Amino acid sequence: MAAGASRPRRVHQRVLALLLVASLVAATGLAFLTVAPNRLMSGTGVALTALWAPAVDGAGAAWPTQWAAALLLPATLLVVAVWLPPSRAVHAAVSLAAAALLAALVALAGAAAAERAAALPDIARVSLGGGFWMLVLLAWLAASDALRRLHLHRAWPLLAHAAVLLPVALLVASGALESLSLLKEYDNRQDVFHAAGWRHLQIVLTALLPALLIGVPLGVAAARRPGLATPLFATLNLVQTVPSIALFGLLIAPLASLGEWLPGSGVSGIGLWPAAIALVLYALLPIVHGTAAGLRQVPAAVRDAALGMGLTARQCFWRVDVPLALPVLLAALRLTTVQLVGLAVVAALIGAGGYGALVFQGLLSSALDLVLLGVLPVVALALAVDAGFRLLEAGLRPGSANTAEPAI
Amino acid sequence: MIRLEGVGKSYGAVRAVDGVSLHIAAGEFIVLIGASGSGKSTLLKMLNRLVGFDRGTLTFNGADIRTLKPEDLRRRMGYAIQSTGLFPHWTVARNIGTVPTLLGWPAARTAARVDELLALLNLDPAVYRGRWPHQLSGGQQQRVGVARALAADPEVLLMDEPFGALDPPGRSALQTEMARIHQTTGKTIVMVTHDIDEALRLATRIVLMDHGRVVQQGTPAQLLDTPASTFVSHFFGHGELGLKRLGLHPVAELLRPPEDAGSPSVHATMSQREALSLMLLRRTDRLPVTGDDGRPLGTVFLSDLAVRPDDVRPG
Repeated sequence: MAAGASRPRRVHQRVLALLLVASLVAATGLAFLTVAPNRLMSGTGVALTALWAPAVDGAGAAWPTQWAAALLLPATLLVVAVWLPPSRAVHAAVSLAAAALLAALVALAGAAAAERAAALPDIARVSLGGGFWMLVLLAWLAASDALRRLHLHRAWPLLAHAAVLLPVALLVASGALESLSLLKEYDNRQDVFHAAGWRHLQIVLTALLPALLIGVPLGVAAARRPGLATPLFATLNLVQTVPSIALFGLLIAPLASLGEWLPGSGVSGIGLWPAAIALVLYALLPIVHGTAAGLRQVPAAVRDAALGMGLTARQCFWRVDVPLALPVLLAALRLTTVQLVGLAVVAALIGAGGYGALVFQGLLSSALDLVLLGVLPVVALALAVDAGFRLLEAGLRPGSANTAEPAI
Repeated sequence: MIRLEGVGKSYGAVRAVDGVSLHIAAGEFIVLIGASGSGKSTLLKMLNRLVGFDRGTLTFNGADIRTLKPEDLRRRMGYAIQSTGLFPHWTVARNIGTVPTLLGWPAARTAARVDELLALLNLDPAVYRGRWPHQLSGGQQQRVGVARALAADPEVLLMDEPFGALDPPGRSALQTEMARIHQTTGKTIVMVTHDIDEALRLATRIVLMDHGRVVQQGTPAQLLDTPASTFVSHFFGHGELGLKRLGLHPVAELLRPPEDAGSPSVHATMSQREALSLMLLRRTDRLPVTGDDGRPLGTVFLSDLAVRPDDVRPG
């Protein structure tokens, strides 16, 4: 202590310090909640600090100090950690504190919303404000950054990230947040929401499977014949440059006439068909590219040895080329699927449905919470897809089954 | 065992291999040597049909190799290459077991063979069989590559610059292993290299190639003593021919009765070239020689090094 006091303390955790400064700005400068007389009108903001002040009309009781403790305790820990030299213990503590802060923020928002809503008529809406979203994002980033610095291996980083989100999921499931406008919006449209989810998955899968069936053989051909690769990639690149809305639009007319020509086939100018076709076209480039790149990075010596030892061309392909190209293909597939999850939102414009339908309905009626109800599951789905593929990639890495990379 | 008669292969106007005739007998250690682009590697790959030929005939145990299925032919010939070509996604054991697995050996027999080969290449089976290629040093990878080539007890072992990527100590150690393996198994080996000392050390017959043709073939001593052309003598290092010649023989061939030479002894297998170097370094004209058990065998004299080994009968 005495020795430490004699020299100036250093800021060791710069990223954390930056996140904390941003949090301070978000907590004081932005609305934590907004209160509106109904679901379409824009409301007035309530800052985080204002939650403790007695409500203007005197209806709100004094806000319990437990909530202040729930926020300040982890926040103080994080502030202290900025000056601690990095170690595994510090990173673990920071990730725990950030996760606790995240959960406290969400719980506080739910409780505050319930308290405000009780004093207002049923039609009034209490929504999450920009400050809430910023604080939640910053707490998540702090937790994620600390977890990354722990250098966990294999499935552990994903499990740790999931553990950070678990309290939030439990809060949502417990009903503690049901006074929030977002949850009310969900309650009102539960059926539509779930149907949109299935539809969204359906759009992504209907695009992904044909893209794989066409893209992988094209990628194999491109890797084997460089002469074919150049025109192929030029064409696919061209498709990629067409904006998605334009591509959806372009497909309406030809598919509509095809549908008239083949009645009963289910083909039509709007709906799933043009959406799936457009998304297949978008997915082709990364899949073909990933397949070809994966095959091209298989060392020539390995292939030479395989053939020289008497593997047939087919055995060489399935036992050597495919497993060695698979990690690259999977990485491409991960990016493609995440991209498709996002692009499928736009497909709602041509009547394909999915979460995009909620987003556009919300946008057209300026119901921001409805937009969020469509956007949040898309983000969650993209993250889940990303995590799932990463798990698969980690499982396929040679040596992952019984050897760990040295920890730093 | 393998007979090539007037074998040739052209890429457009370039004759990569041009009318090569070569008879390889069982148990030989043939080293194909030459500069880059001399056709030595192409010739090697013709033997297991990785490269086709457009002129001449090539028979393996009397059968035209074009009548044999390439996969069957290749499984009868071990194949080891530079940078090993180990499969990075398979363990050492599975790499070595590649050809036995292709041939449908029972798993237990393959596993036993893998351990036997790891031991033969001086790698502890218990330690290395479960390792991944990226966990091995370059020399260890090459040992596994050689073990893999030997796995199914092939009739011929083909090696394409197998030690080219190794540092000098690693290369020397593996050359010693190869000489030992050749001696103990009596396997026919065809190796491509551009390392002259490697060729002189290992070959029972050297085949020197240039521009797709065989310039001269014969024992290391024949190529050094009676080069067919100035190309040959220049290739083997004009100014060092005498030293290289000495390098072919161990000091054991020149022993005179033991005497107290007053300097540390050397092993009987040391080459005469090394012995000469050591005498110059120690400024002495004689070295005591001992055998495996450390007992003195005799003494080697500087003056005897200047006399041809086949001319002298010391006693």
